[in-house]
Amino acid sequence: MAQPLVKKDDDRDDEVDYSPFLGIEKGAVLQEARVFNDPQLDPRRCSQVITKLLYLLNQGETFTKVEATEVFFAVTKLFQSRDMGLRRMVYVIIKELSPSADEVIIVTSSLMKDMTSKTDMYRANAIRVLCRITDGTLLTQIERYLKQAIVDKNPVVASAALVSGIHLLQTNPEIVKRWSNEVQEAVQSRAALVQFHALALLHQIRQNDRLAVNKLVSSLTRGSVRSPLAQCLLIRYTSQVIRESTNDTQTGDRPFYDFLEGCLRHKAEMVIFEAARAITELNGVTSRELTPAITVLQLFLSSSKPVLRFAAVRTLNKVAMSHPMAVTNCNIDMESLISDQNRSIATLAITTLLKTGNESSVDRLMKQITNFMSDIADEFKIVVVDAIRSLCLKFPLKHRSLMNFLSNILREEGGFEYKKAIVDSIVILIRDIPEAKESGLLHLCEFIEDCEFTYLSTQILHFLGIEGPKTSDPSKYIRYIYNRVHLENATVRAGAVSTLAKFGAMVDGLKPRIFVLLRRCLFDNDDEVRDRATLYLNTLGGDGAVVETDEGVKEFLFGSLDVPLVNLNSLKNYDPSEKAFDINSVPKDVKTQPLAEKKATSKKPTGLGAPPHGPPSTVDAYEKLLSSIPEFASFGKLFKSSAPVELTEAETEYAVNVVKHIFDGHVVFQYNCTNTIPEQLLENVTVIVDASEAEEFAEVASKPLRQLPYDSPGQTFVAFEKPEGVSAVGKFSNMLRFIVKEVDPSTGEAEDDGVEDEYQLEDLELVAADYMLKVGVSNFRNAWESMGVDFERVDEYGLGPRDSLAEAVNAVINLLGMQPCEGTEVVPPNSRSHTCLLSGVYLGNVKVLVRLQFGLDGPKDVAMKLAVRSEDETVSDTIHEIVASG
Amino acid sequence: MELCPTIKNILLLDSEGKRIAVKYYSDDWPTNAAKEAFEKAVFTKTQKTNARTEAEITMFDNYIVVYKFVQDLHFFVTGGENENEIILATVLQGFFDAVGLLLRGTEDKKEALENLDLILLCLDEIVDGSIILETDANVIAGKVDSHSMDAGAPLSEQTITQALATAREHLTRSLLK
Repeated sequence: MAQPLVKKDDDRDDEVDYSPFLGIEKGAVLQEARVFNDPQLDPRRCSQVITKLLYLLNQGETFTKVEATEVFFAVTKLFQSRDMGLRRMVYVIIKELSPSADEVIIVTSSLMKDMTSKTDMYRANAIRVLCRITDGTLLTQIERYLKQAIVDKNPVVASAALVSGIHLLQTNPEIVKRWSNEVQEAVQSRAALVQFHALALLHQIRQNDRLAVNKLVSSLTRGSVRSPLAQCLLIRYTSQVIRESTNDTQTGDRPFYDFLEGCLRHKAEMVIFEAARAITELNGVTSRELTPAITVLQLFLSSSKPVLRFAAVRTLNKVAMSHPMAVTNCNIDMESLISDQNRSIATLAITTLLKTGNESSVDRLMKQITNFMSDIADEFKIVVVDAIRSLCLKFPLKHRSLMNFLSNILREEGGFEYKKAIVDSIVILIRDIPEAKESGLLHLCEFIEDCEFTYLSTQILHFLGIEGPKTSDPSKYIRYIYNRVHLENATVRAGAVSTLAKFGAMVDGLKPRIFVLLRRCLFDNDDEVRDRATLYLNTLGGDGAVVETDEGVKEFLFGSLDVPLVNLNSLKNYDPSEKAFDINSVPKDVKTQPLAEKKATSKKPTGLGAPPHGPPSTVDAYEKLLSSIPEFASFGKLFKSSAPVELTEAETEYAVNVVKHIFDGHVVFQYNCTNTIPEQLLENVTVIVDASEAEEFAEVASKPLRQLPYDSPGQTFVAFEKPEGVSAVGKFSNMLRFIVKEVDPSTGEAEDDGVEDEYQLEDLELVAADYMLKVGVSNFRNAWESMGVDFERVDEYGLGPRDSLAEAVNAVINLLGMQPCEGTEVVPPNSRSHTCLLSGVYLGNVKVLVRLQFGLDGPKDVAMKLAVRSEDETVSDTIHEIVASG
Repeated sequence: MELCPTIKNILLLDSEGKRIAVKYYSDDWPTNAAKEAFEKAVFTKTQKTNARTEAEITMFDNYIVVYKFVQDLHFFVTGGENENEIILATVLQGFFDAVGLLLRGTEDKKEALENLDLILLCLDEIVDGSIILETDANVIAGKVDSHSMDAGAPLSEQTITQALATAREHLTRSLLK
């Protein structure tokens, strides 16, 4: 007996799960699509296959480009069949596949044929498909047909052309604008929806011409628009015109108001509502204008249709903000909506009532709401809490019952956002209504006795610390606060310790007792709690003597931290040093210190958004940065920092550029790295530098980057020693080495295990120009003369064939890395000779001046005479060496 | 403000919130994941309400959603927060009634999936790229259900086997009812 029963159940399950698309697979369906190519088409079968394809697309399956193209070509074959149902499916799938321009050509002729067909359904759909997939060039070919279609006697065809026109107006406005006459004719159509579509298109064509819109509105508001949708459009256009015409408001009567008011008596609900809403949204609407609109909305409130009730109560809710008196007439209907099945409606009704309610009705209202609160969702409760807060601010005398209400709902179940809204409201009420302070604080105290949210507990403790000591009897709060020290987690305990200290600082009478309590906290098992207790005991003079708390301590306890927390993150990389930490050394401004921010490597990019590469930093900033790294502190004064040199192609996985910092006896490479892969976290990032082609350099230090999260640039450094004062040059090959960890993009958390990986960077060259500072002189001749001829070195060089004189000049300037003076870097066109003046400061702070005389020697060959004067003989020689070897 | 009434999406889900047919007309949900998340949110928000006799309405994430259920079919129409709620409800009613007509009274998931082609055509006839095309259920259903040959079709295309297949289908359907 039992078996058949089980079997029956199985059958039932099968039936529930049954779907014609059960186990459908993309590959198989694509195979099936081959039937489109059969010489003898089976329309039913083809329709089914298209339905399956559409089903897959609808379920979110995607076709590759190749698959989509194949399906598209196969589908185009189906135009042979004259089965209407199949053709409809063909139209739909062509739109879904959104073929590319070169594919569109294949179906264009078929669609154009359909567009001129005798069958209305073909014409309408072919227009919609063709306009969806076409581009501008084809549009001019079919424009003639479209214009005809707009005034077609079949409304479906006309609507299709008009709606397509609305879409095309976005891409090809100049063409669609030419159809204005036909569209205007269609506005007069007897078919409701044609009128709607024509009006929408006509307005969009003319929307930038205020006068034309004005004319359109005034002619249509007098005539009769048949379609309710078109009438809604007309109301929207009318209110737009009213908004823009401010000149007539002085005379009293508002233009077109009569039209809007007339629409309140329309037979279609959507028009009535649209008009009522338009009236309530009029600028500076008077209560006389408002009354008829409110009356119809009031009727909607008692409608059997939830949509109508919702629409009406939502609009009245908005009106209540600006014209609470106008809405009071609806209060009785509104009150009955508090028990509405639809909770959105009930919430809107309550908040409206709270806005319009008067002092005498508050108590009754609160009673109703109390019953209602238990069975609505948190998000609605938050809305209600906000409304109650504003009501309480409006009627401060009612604070007792409102505060009671808030504390009651605070004790009930609820999520964090909801509880936070309540706590915030109570805090605001305590601040703004002095009489409410004592009871409000006690409510908060009771709440933290049993509060599951650490954030709220600490916030309340902080608030208690500020407000509590100022009350008449501060001692009654101590118990609540000290209880936290026993019962809560470390964060809350630490907060409670700070609050106790604030009471101690402000209330001398409580000091001895506070000291006792703080001393007990010295044995807490959390170091932050112990540290705080110690700190406060010392600052407050916890040796038992009750002394007046001095201002400095109060400032410390109550003052705000004027340093952005983001900047303090750099402390996480803080290396212990002899010097005491000084809060003043932490930059206070976040934005002007991108380097400090970039050092905050341990956090994800903050809301401030770390700049991807950082702006070109000044030497000052670099100097500050480098001197903060102990390994480099002994290198002496930074001589020069180069501009960043990119070591990766743009848009690679990791973007790295390097800044060359030149010291007297050292070189530091600062690699600025950016990780552009959101799914990765790089750790222990270093650059392995191979200096085998730079013989005079020896690596002395390397500072790895601990973490490189996505899109938050960080730096790693490598330092080399080189002979003092020598402008050693060389080539360095670089390899980025790191441990890569996968990051879950949804949570932002990295996996524990990482894989070591390397990434080849481009080579880096250290050239002579890196040792030259571009320093200009204002008068080159004076400087040249005063330098004297003692260390002048002059020689001539052949530069070989060059593209132009200017190109040769630039090449030499770049080679030397010096500052051109007096605009001599510009070579006048067609000149055969040029003199260029350069100045700079060489490594070791040696001033250098250079005079270059270029001349064309033969058709292309450039000859150059180089004269160098400097304060140091060897430097003058070095310049010549640079040019000779360059 | 958007002057022309705009439909953001139309959804037909089953009693577990799974898609039967959906159509999005707005870029607010660029990926399939975003769409599915929206559908899930809409479904969980509305599933406990009774939207069987009258269309219901809710508002969340700055969208207005009107919805109506029959059997295990859940119909939704979404618009922007400033949209005229009654216009949205009219579109919903048009869709709802048209599907009812097309499924000939047996409105459930099984029947809907078996006639998915009709439902997809129905969606195609109601809204074209966020603009309301037609709201009258009879007109919509009429446009979808014109399953005839076009006048000039040669008889040879309709083979005897096909005719027989059609007849058999009609017979089984009427027997199953």
